[in-house]
Amino acid sequence: MSASPAAIAAPPALRLVSAPMDDAEAAAPPRLDHAALFQGFFIAGLSGFGGVLPFARRIIVERRAWLTAAEFADLFSLCQFLPGPNIVNFAGAFGARHRGLTGAVAAITGLLAAPISIILIAGTLYERYGGLPAVHRTLGGLAVAASGLILGTALKIAAPSLRRPATLAIVVLAFVLLAVLHFSLPAAIAIALPVSLLVAWRIVR
Amino acid sequence: MLLVLVLLFIEMSLLAIGGVASTLPAIARAVVHQHHWLTAPQFAALFGLAQAAPGPNMLVVTLIGLHVAGLPGALAATAAMVIPSSTLAVLVSGLWEKFRAARWRRVTQAAITPITGGLILAAASFLIRAADHDWRALLITLAAALLTLRTKLHPLILLGAGALLGLLGLM
Repeated sequence: MSASPAAIAAPPALRLVSAPMDDAEAAAPPRLDHAALFQGFFIAGLSGFGGVLPFARRIIVERRAWLTAAEFADLFSLCQFLPGPNIVNFAGAFGARHRGLTGAVAAITGLLAAPISIILIAGTLYERYGGLPAVHRTLGGLAVAASGLILGTALKIAAPSLRRPATLAIVVLAFVLLAVLHFSLPAAIAIALPVSLLVAWRIVR
Repeated sequence: MLLVLVLLFIEMSLLAIGGVASTLPAIARAVVHQHHWLTAPQFAALFGLAQAAPGPNMLVVTLIGLHVAGLPGALAATAAMVIPSSTLAVLVSGLWEKFRAARWRRVTQAAITPITGGLILAAASFLIRAADHDWRALLITLAAALLTLRTKLHPLILLGAGALLGLLGLM
């Protein structure tokens, strides 16, 4: 973790500004202890309705200045690059930077502790009362809205790829392999990834 | 059953390119069509429930584990989804500085994006087929998608509206 010279030169008062600021000025973060890692991600996990990323970013970049915006984006892009739940990967990688393996565990358990407890309660209630007509109808409506939410999210993620015929073809290929031809996920990835790499190789400079 | 659950989610953890949502169709296929642990509408309901709760989007995995094998199932499924990929993240993040600017890394990332888009669209199509039984539901799905796409409306408002319309028996 190295700070740019500009960050080191920034007056200390700047670091206390908690309002959203232009993050290039943020200070180099100290080595965080396990409690701080757990607590920071605990708050992010608890407030993360509809995705934790914006909340994690707010806490880590804007509130506590643990990372600059550029460092955050860089570490997060690693976690998007790697498979798995992005924000959990992020917590693990961030925690490991500060306290190694136990730091990763502290950050991940902090992130998941509250959401898992809440979802277990919700799930238990569902198992018990899911059969009641009113609950059934409510969850049906919830599922309808949630399917729209994920359709919107999918289109958002796919949007940059839809502009170019070659990447559009990859989107369609992945969709067709999985949803129409019912290929297994490993098979679909094994087919789509080489094609997509070839396309990306020609696009990326 | 616990072992099947764990092996399934270890596989999903390592195949979840671009995030957990891209594995939803595969998870649905395994738990609905292969093992018959859930019906498609139940799967859609659990997904909706996980979306409405705070925390990462992967919590549908916890709910599936809970449904299949109780509390041990919930914890095992969650651990199986989290540990393999985050171990990889911890191991690779040390090296990341070295190759973040490398062309092959940018190429790989650019290659993953359209695949993720296609996979999540497949997830959406599965959930729509599972959740929408008539034209009114489909209309609400499309409205929610459009609002997600075009506005910064909080997802919880959309989910709440859907739940309310469902409760009132309007779809």
